[in-house]
Amino acid sequence: MNSIAVTAEGVGDSSAVGNREALDIHDHADVSGYETIGWPFVDDPKMSARNVNVYYGDKQAIHNVSLDIGKNEVIAMIGPSGCGKSTFLRTFNRMNDIIPGCRMEGNIHLDQEDVYHGGQDTVMLRARVGMVFQKPNPFPKSIYENVAYGARIHGLAHTKADLDEIVEKSLRRASLFEEVKDLLDQPGTGLSGGQQQRLCIARAIAVSPEVILMDEPCSALDPIATARIEELIDELKERYTIAIVTHSMQQAARVSQRTAYFHLGKLIEVGPTKQVFTMPRHELTENYITGRFG
Amino acid sequence: MSNQDSYKNTEVIQASLKKRYAREKRFQWYGRLAVLTGFAFLFILLFDIVSKGYPAFTQQYIQLSVDFDADRLGVEPGASSEALYQADYLGVVKASLRQMFPEASGRQEKRQLYRLISIGAEYQLRDYVIDNPQVIGKTQDIWLMAHSEAGAYLKGQVTREIPETDRRVKDTQMQWLDSLAQQGRTESRFNTLFFSTGDSREPELAGIKAALYGSFFTLLVTFLLAFPIGVFAAVYLEEFAPRNRLTDLIEININNLAAVPSIVFGLLGLAVFINFFELPRSAPLVGGIVLSLMTLPTIIITSRAAIQSVSPSIRQAALGVGASPLQTVFHHVLPVAMPGILTGSIIGMAQALGESAPLLMIGMVAFIMDVPGGVTDPATVLPVQIFLWADSPERGFMEKTSAAIMVLMGFLIVMNALAIYLRKRFELK
Repeated sequence: MNSIAVTAEGVGDSSAVGNREALDIHDHADVSGYETIGWPFVDDPKMSARNVNVYYGDKQAIHNVSLDIGKNEVIAMIGPSGCGKSTFLRTFNRMNDIIPGCRMEGNIHLDQEDVYHGGQDTVMLRARVGMVFQKPNPFPKSIYENVAYGARIHGLAHTKADLDEIVEKSLRRASLFEEVKDLLDQPGTGLSGGQQQRLCIARAIAVSPEVILMDEPCSALDPIATARIEELIDELKERYTIAIVTHSMQQAARVSQRTAYFHLGKLIEVGPTKQVFTMPRHELTENYITGRFG
Repeated sequence: MSNQDSYKNTEVIQASLKKRYAREKRFQWYGRLAVLTGFAFLFILLFDIVSKGYPAFTQQYIQLSVDFDADRLGVEPGASSEALYQADYLGVVKASLRQMFPEASGRQEKRQLYRLISIGAEYQLRDYVIDNPQVIGKTQDIWLMAHSEAGAYLKGQVTREIPETDRRVKDTQMQWLDSLAQQGRTESRFNTLFFSTGDSREPELAGIKAALYGSFFTLLVTFLLAFPIGVFAAVYLEEFAPRNRLTDLIEININNLAAVPSIVFGLLGLAVFINFFELPRSAPLVGGIVLSLMTLPTIIITSRAAIQSVSPSIRQAALGVGASPLQTVFHHVLPVAMPGILTGSIIGMAQALGESAPLLMIGMVAFIMDVPGGVTDPATVLPVQIFLWADSPERGFMEKTSAAIMVLMGFLIVMNALAIYLRKRFELK
């Protein structure tokens, strides 16, 4: 079978890593009639996806994926480039809606409310499900304005003092406040990459979301900035439910409680992070985490 | 690859290197030559305009001792200002000229003598007498505006070397002017009248103010219509409109409209706005509407390009915190795109400022003496005024033409400076 899933990230090509026995990902693409191995469902889900299919035009990017995100857990989504993990993540706050030709089937629920069919407003949804993107993308405005923007448009603050408080609290939670407290009127784009990403996290949490989606938040950062973000994720999980897409298996292992492995648009295996990394049950998962393709 | 081979390769590359660098040098020289040629032509153009135009900024005055004789004026001493308004000032001017040069005899010579002074002197005297009625019955030295031909001689633009038949200042007039100059009765002053009046049949009385105001009102209407409509059309087409046959058709049409000859827009304005909607003829309102139709494609195309070039990550960031699509556009996309939008709009407005053809069609080519006070008053614009003056046979209008071009260019520079200032301000944010 030659079904090659094409996603927003491009054609799912993969090159062999190192000199080990190279495996072509497409030789293993025959996962038709597969069933997700592991435990995709939890008792107390914050968000749940059921039978999700996503298409870009005629190409199917996500094949019948069902997955729960538990309350206050960090779930990591890993998989080779082009496996659809970002596309899947973006279905949770309907960010795929803005991509022309993108179509979605299936159901997503947030606290039992239907996100796609229940008349749920995308503005409301995105206020409850925040997002941090791959590339730090602060607004070309001041640091203060970056954080205050969401609260302001949603009318969360009635006075300037309220707004100041929200900005300070959000910056503190994103562990950025001490670094920028004297620079609040400086442009956010003038910060370093890691600071910018933490500013984006502060911006996301300023509207008090319930869920934060992170799409490879550290892929553009150096190891030190990455470590800080990872620490931050650890602190944030006390208050928020977090879904993180990452290319780095070490990162997934460090920050998440559950890990989901995607392959060519299919969810292959889900389980507690420890188990997935030490005792993968599917051959593809094992090949991926042992680095035979990436 | 053996050592022999790699040595040979180095040779080959070395040989080609020289050629490649030579080509680059040649290219650079072509560039410099092109830039220099451009500068040379620009300099010639500016030099020509300025050298022809600067005499228009000075006006020659002649001092006459005017006898404000009550009989000659045809008024009683202590007459009302209405009576003074009707008085015969031209007669007074003529009499004082005859008195100064009694040798002028015969109709022909007297006519020449009277032509030393501008007919505007009549109004100058009238205003003077109304302000100072006590002057009636006295004789006083008064500076009066010289006729444009006499002024040309005093400025040195006309000389005796030119055969008398080829010039309008005759030998006798030259003698009189020379004697006036010897008595210190001629003077050159800055021409304030040029900036404070409208058009006139007499070159020395013609001013740029009516055309300047006309251009200003016309461009104001153009900007108020074309900028918001253009920017919003670009936003809608770029951010909200679905991609289908209809929007493709609209896009093609916008691109084609940008290439439509401007006079066609003038015909449209005549047919639709004047004949059908019966808007006033010759008015900046109609001119502005027509020019905004002409400018819209430019503004829409450049605004769309500017909006397109805004990074999608900013849109995603705004949508991601729950901004509605409209908020995303107005809070984030437009501010970032604004410098580009402004640049395009200014290019469009500059085009509109220099446009005359469509305005001829809607009657803005009229002879306008009064400064327009609003967008519905009859008016003309700078390029049309330049066209009208360039068309006039009097030599005095030649310098006015160049001077008006200088004013037009000044207008353009001010507009561009404003645009650059605004762009810098938006970029800082």
